[in-house]
Amino acid sequence: MTLPIVGLIFGIVIGLLFPVSIPMEYAKFMSVALLASLDSVFGGLRAGAEETFDNTVFITGFFTNALMAAVLVYVGERLGIDLYYVALLAFGLRIFQNLAIIRRYFLRKKS
Amino acid sequence: MHRIKQGQAAIALVCAVLGFMLVIQFRTTQSIRASIPYQRLEDLSQRLLQTEKERDDLLNEVHTLRQASGVEAVSQENEKIKMGAGVIALGGPGVVVTIDDSKRATKPGENPNLYLIHDDDILKVINELWAAGAEAISINDQRLVASSEIRCAGPTLSVNNTRYSPPYDIKAIGDAATMENALKMRGGIVETLQFWGIQISIKTSEYVKIPAYKGAFHFDHAKVDKEGGK
Repeated sequence: MTLPIVGLIFGIVIGLLFPVSIPMEYAKFMSVALLASLDSVFGGLRAGAEETFDNTVFITGFFTNALMAAVLVYVGERLGIDLYYVALLAFGLRIFQNLAIIRRYFLRKKS
Repeated sequence: MHRIKQGQAAIALVCAVLGFMLVIQFRTTQSIRASIPYQRLEDLSQRLLQTEKERDDLLNEVHTLRQASGVEAVSQENEKIKMGAGVIALGGPGVVVTIDDSKRATKPGENPNLYLIHDDDILKVINELWAAGAEAISINDQRLVASSEIRCAGPTLSVNNTRYSPPYDIKAIGDAATMENALKMRGGIVETLQFWGIQISIKTSEYVKIPAYKGAFHFDHAKVDKEGGK
């Protein structure tokens, strides 16, 4: 578990060092992409726990998920469909599902 | 403690990207909060609240005044009438306009009257001042009231039946900048008078004192019309 945390801290440090900021009108897309990445990370952890982890699937899933989420929200905004909330709901649900599975996994292994 | 063995490196890499995105998102959200529209929104809502409170206070005041409808309200009304009639001295921000005859020598064959100040010059200045929102005006310490005359009396000027010779000091209480601009307007009264060399200076002042009307009101012919109402 240490390596992912180190990676997270490393990313945060890099983000703090580079004063990158995105325009306000894209903040929405960024937040959806962020949620998608979060979902991917939990999905990866879950797969690791279940020992069905596949490197390629994980990496591609991470980037396509984030990108597609942002693109979908953008398209939705153009078409007047609030896909933002749909993405929020879908990713949120999955994150909690994955969390629950990871938790059960740890509990089962402990006992 | 059980460990997740698979995909540590990949998850670490993704976590790094995630951390980076987190920081960017955090910063963006922060900048949105600090941005002008958001601040303006807060500012405006604050002001709305304040104004509403003020309105309620004023409504309350109106209510209490109506209920009292007694001494205080009457005396306030009295004060206003006195201020309007010019029977009490007033003070406040305003302008002091000094007008003097032309120093220019009259050319032979020219009418020397052109280089002197006349009653209508003064009247124009006064008119301009009233139009610019003057609340009280005096000429050489004679308060202008409803019955004040401004007329030529030989080489002098008669105001409230008191004669004055140049220079004339016109004091006015009101919005100093507006009055000054009204007088100095292009093609306005100051420009016209200066064309003839008449010396006119305008000074804005934080506090101008305007004395009360010293005369008395006589009504020999006029009576209150009972049908006219208020």
